[in-house]
Amino acid sequence: MRLKISNRRIARSTAGDVAILIFLGLGAVYMALPMFYAICQAFKPLNELFIFPPQFLPRHPTMSNFSDLFLLMAQSWVPVSRYLFNSLFIVGAGSAGNVILGSLCAYALAKHDFKGRNLINNLILFSLMFAGSVLVIPRYLIISYLGWINTYTALVVPAWGATLGVFLMRNFITHMVHDSLLEAARIDGASEWYIHWRIVMPIVKPAWLTLIILNFQQLWGDQGGMFIYSEELKPLPYALNQIIGGGVGRAGVAAAVSVLLMAVPITVFVINQAKIVQTMGTSGITGE
Amino acid sequence: MKALWLELKEKRVSYLFVAPFLLVFALFVVVPIAVAIGLSFTYFNMIEPPRWVGWSNYLALFLEDDVFLIAVKNTLLFAVITGPLSYALCFVFAWLINELKPRIRAVLTLLFYAPSISANAFMIWTVLFSGDAYGYINGILLYWGIIDKPVQWLVDPRWMMPIVIVVVLWMSLGVSFLTFIAGLQGIDSIYYEAGAIDGVRNRWQELWYITLPMMKHHLMFGAIISITNSFAAADQLQALTGTAPTDWATWTIVQHINDYGYVRYEMGYASAMAVLLFITMLLVQRLVQRLLRRIG
Repeated sequence: MRLKISNRRIARSTAGDVAILIFLGLGAVYMALPMFYAICQAFKPLNELFIFPPQFLPRHPTMSNFSDLFLLMAQSWVPVSRYLFNSLFIVGAGSAGNVILGSLCAYALAKHDFKGRNLINNLILFSLMFAGSVLVIPRYLIISYLGWINTYTALVVPAWGATLGVFLMRNFITHMVHDSLLEAARIDGASEWYIHWRIVMPIVKPAWLTLIILNFQQLWGDQGGMFIYSEELKPLPYALNQIIGGGVGRAGVAAAVSVLLMAVPITVFVINQAKIVQTMGTSGITGE
Repeated sequence: MKALWLELKEKRVSYLFVAPFLLVFALFVVVPIAVAIGLSFTYFNMIEPPRWVGWSNYLALFLEDDVFLIAVKNTLLFAVITGPLSYALCFVFAWLINELKPRIRAVLTLLFYAPSISANAFMIWTVLFSGDAYGYINGILLYWGIIDKPVQWLVDPRWMMPIVIVVVLWMSLGVSFLTFIAGLQGIDSIYYEAGAIDGVRNRWQELWYITLPMMKHHLMFGAIISITNSFAAADQLQALTGTAPTDWATWTIVQHINDYGYVRYEMGYASAMAVLLFITMLLVQRLVQRLLRRIG
């Protein structure tokens, strides 16, 4: 894949450049201002949150919202470290399973020839065409039938079956792993299992980093909802929402909470940005 | 039968590789579709066994449930606006960002993508559009004298839908956006140089004759994701305008499903709605794919 910038030769009208810059600028403002405002709110002392007219920037930036938050969290009945562990465990186990099961399936779909391969490919593509939210009721029934209600399993295992990641990974393996490499390994007597873990997986590292960020997008904000009712198994966003629920006096703490919540997935994305973009490059759908 | 057995034996490694994923996929995607269709013809409250009621759930939806009809109208309106708009925004921003230098491009990509991955960050809009004078928008408008009393942005049905659309668009530059960014970066500059020699005059011609055709597969993928998302809106709307919005102005089918499924435990009735929404999504997908095939 080439990542160099194209140096084009076509004349570009200045008017067009200006119009595009203005449009891009407006877009950037629309996208960035709310995020920036959220961060500003977190550093305002409580009295600045309720002044008229409202100020955008904090006049006397303070860390007190964060220290109040930690104080509140320290008083909670279930220690916050437990909520944090729950969230990390759910995202971690969900991503790990999705990467392991998904990559095995994606490798076979990309590089093996067997009956039913097309059927599976079409099923996966088909599943991208409707939202999981139409299946919440039967999923809930299945999970409760399996006796998984109020366990991590209820959130973790369904994530393993997420098809977007497998779809991306299959395309990525098709494009990025050369058949000659696999042939050479087979001639040397390597098993498919060995080839998958030692040859394919290192090459498609960008793809599994992408799967991890997609799982973050799905699972990080999850509050457990219908699936988890024990306090000590609830994920962090639930606990933080409980703190916010404490009324107007908690407005500053609430702002600190949302900054903390958004910091985690954004950090994960920033670290892996280049690789994720590379993966999405192979996501195209070839018409039949 | 024997041929199948031989195939299974010969290709057993391949089948073993796909089996674990397919098992989970079947359990949480394929079986649920069948269960939803089956349940939609029953009355089922999770306590008694399901009781067959024929088409009556579907009939009740259209004949007796006024809120459902409002939800249908809202869902379609919402999808028709946010689907194409978010798709267009994803592409246009990706296209504009692509022309910039790599470092600025990385920063802007992060900036545009961040709202869609940051979990509850959209809640900041409830502060911006808060109904009292301390809400940022109200505060500014009052201060400038444009309005003389605070507007109940998230309670007044005239404003609820537009605001919700603004917020959902804000957080919709997700997977499709990244796909387009990546797809644009993957187009070799040779094609643009060749285009220039062949008489492409300006960036609009370049876009139409080179970029869009080269991006066809990415555009198709992005469309699928955008359509799916545009019909599924529920959580953000509920968080912004509450569990019982004024005049049901922002009530969508998915919210109605969750209400009947999780709150009233009328699983059969909720399933009938889910089946209808499922069919609608698939029909729209087909239609849009036909249209997209014509590009370039």
